[in-house]
Amino acid sequence: MGVMKRVSLVFKAKANKALDRMEDPRETLDYSYQRQLEMLTKVRRGVADVATSRKRVELQMNQLQQSSTKLEDQARKALSMGREDLAREALGRKSSAQSQLNDLQAQYAQLQAEEEKLTVASQRLQAKVDAFRTRKETIKATYTAAEAQTRINEAFSGISEEMGDVGMAIQRAEDKTAQMQARAGAIDELLASGALDDAIGGRRDDIQAELDQMSANSDVELELRRLRGENENTPPKELEGGQNGGQNGGQAAGSAQNSQSAPTQRQAQAPSAPAQPAGLPVSDLPEDGA
Amino acid sequence: MIVRILGEGQFKVDDDATADLNRLDADLEAAVERSDNAAFTAALHGLLAQVRAQGAPVPPDILEPSELILPHEGSSMEEVRKLLSDDGLIPG
Repeated sequence: MGVMKRVSLVFKAKANKALDRMEDPRETLDYSYQRQLEMLTKVRRGVADVATSRKRVELQMNQLQQSSTKLEDQARKALSMGREDLAREALGRKSSAQSQLNDLQAQYAQLQAEEEKLTVASQRLQAKVDAFRTRKETIKATYTAAEAQTRINEAFSGISEEMGDVGMAIQRAEDKTAQMQARAGAIDELLASGALDDAIGGRRDDIQAELDQMSANSDVELELRRLRGENENTPPKELEGGQNGGQNGGQAAGSAQNSQSAPTQRQAQAPSAPAQPAGLPVSDLPEDGA
Repeated sequence: MIVRILGEGQFKVDDDATADLNRLDADLEAAVERSDNAAFTAALHGLLAQVRAQGAPVPPDILEPSELILPHEGSSMEEVRKLLSDDGLIPG
């Protein structure tokens, strides 16, 4: 005897055992109906659990995606500042985030499939339970206990096979969800530990801190060069205008005064200021540090 | 003849298809006995494909037990062994 037949006999044996436990066959109907309603509740809860688990994975996938994008940005910036070591570090973390993400994508697909299967199973069970209820009422109204036996057996074994099938589907979904939750917990820990990207939690990670520091330093350098540039340009103007001598001395406040006293010269200077430190594209760094 | 694929529902299959199904089923059983994973997967997928291709889904409001029951698509050999044992996978 093949596998298919043996499995169906195992199902039938289960149904018969349950039937044998009942004294009045008509009791079987009500008892079984109660169990069916419980199973319906269970399978619906199963669908909801899988959906919750799927949403959690989805959330983590989004976080990992953000993290991965951010790390790539950081690597790009670090490289543009000549810090290959930092760029390597960022790319290493990105690759780890990416592999977690790939893993999660596969699991997400599994959960989605499981959710769909359970949803369909729950609809099927609902239809069978409705059919059973109709048949139960007919049998109770029409037959005496003795006459009813065969019909009850038929209805009962039909529904009990479905219940067994749905019960196993719920079990499988629960197992998958449990596995997924263990992994999701591990990834939550990883995200919280900042190993991937602290910026997600609103904190700064070490790569970002270093980039910010470098960018702040280079802002100072920029400013210095700009002011030096002003100084180099000022002497001829001072000679022409003959005012204020060397008092401006490279101070920022001095240049503000200067702009009031000599507006036309200031305007001519202004466009050249940002162009001077063009060697470093750092001028757009600070806005990303947030 | 009604065949159930666990996790998928019931299919009405022509009796003519039985010979094919039985041959694959014998392969499946032999694979389980030999613990041959590759043969197990091949036979199971062959059976499922056959039933899906030749069977018509039984409407969900029909209450009839199946003559044959097939393990679900992702079943492992271990699961099938448990399914065949009386106190195995089937709840209640």
